[in-house]
Amino acid sequence: MGDYILLAVGAILVNNILLIQYLGNCPFLGTSKSMDNATGMAMAVVFVLALAGIVTWIFEAVFLKPLGLEYIRTIVFIVVIAALVQFVEIFMKKSMPALYAGLGIFLPLITTNCAVMGVCLINIKEEYNFLEMLVSSLAYPAGFGLALILFAGLRERITIGRVPGPLQDVAIALVTAGFMSLSFLGFKGMI
Amino acid sequence: MAKTIVQEFTKGLWEEIPPFRLVLGLCPVLAVTKTVANGVGMGVAATFVLVCSNVLVSMLRNIIPSQVRVPCFIIIIATFVVVVELVMQAFTYPLFLQLGIFIPLIVVNCVILGRAEAFASKNPPVASIADGFGIGVGFTIALGALAGIREAFGAGTISVPFSDTVIQLFGPSFEPFTFMVEAPGAFVCLGLMLAVMNMVGK
Repeated sequence: MGDYILLAVGAILVNNILLIQYLGNCPFLGTSKSMDNATGMAMAVVFVLALAGIVTWIFEAVFLKPLGLEYIRTIVFIVVIAALVQFVEIFMKKSMPALYAGLGIFLPLITTNCAVMGVCLINIKEEYNFLEMLVSSLAYPAGFGLALILFAGLRERITIGRVPGPLQDVAIALVTAGFMSLSFLGFKGMI
Repeated sequence: MAKTIVQEFTKGLWEEIPPFRLVLGLCPVLAVTKTVANGVGMGVAATFVLVCSNVLVSMLRNIIPSQVRVPCFIIIIATFVVVVELVMQAFTYPLFLQLGIFIPLIVVNCVILGRAEAFASKNPPVASIADGFGIGVGFTIALGALAGIREAFGAGTISVPFSDTVIQLFGPSFEPFTFMVEAPGAFVCLGLMLAVMNMVGK
């Protein structure tokens, strides 16, 4: 049990996927201009990544490994993720219109979100068993959401302030992300 | 679209240089720029994928139905990424280990999909090669420059790409500024580079 908690804390704070592992930075900068977008993106990532982690892990265990096809893992994973996202979108539209209205526009973007693919690959690389994979597929996106929502809060404040010309928009956002990353680096001593 | 092939190439070097002008594909930019060798290696791998996928997308642009074009582009890109992955594993094994999961992640690099969608799917193959090569070279220069700054300050060295040579920049009493090679340094350094680009651009 303790191991799983350690893994979860590690994935959320110590190895935060956005700020320490540098995955998923395009949506990090793209959707953090407003709190609503950031929340929507964070929820969409949690939802899709939990599913993608399970499905890709099963694909690896059932097809790729027994058949010795690890070298086409990249193609298989991206196709699986793209198909999954499409499927989730259709399913949500039909049966959960309220949720779809909130998350809908973020779903297509998730296919090219490297956080999703990245975590699926980390799960395989670290040779996690099913439970560990489940914990990591939930904890990493939780860390993604945490960092994204905190960052959106900061960015909303920055747009009110007076930023020097050349630093405006993305440049100041990156510097801010740097300082957030610095504070997350402080969690390193925890484990 | 009266641009010449040369113009298609050179726009990638300044006007549309990723990740500065097009803020896309940031993950590899931040993650692999701890050393110049890694940064340039990543840039070359991405350039190869970019040129090849641009050619194929451009040749197939009239065959692929527009409703399913994005999945088709992704499969084309993924195929070339696997090629790069296997070639690197065979010939540049240390670099392959250093770049780790960031090689398969070239698949989801938005620069490549962005060029397939915005350029190659609308233009003939020759122009697409020029575009892909220009953007790729620009991307490599950007990675090399960021990595150069980070490595010089963070470790006091410059590693020469595709060889084991490491040049020491400072004397033995140099204290490395490790902030630069850690995660925060990447963000701050890229942000400041972007600001300098904006200043020069205006």
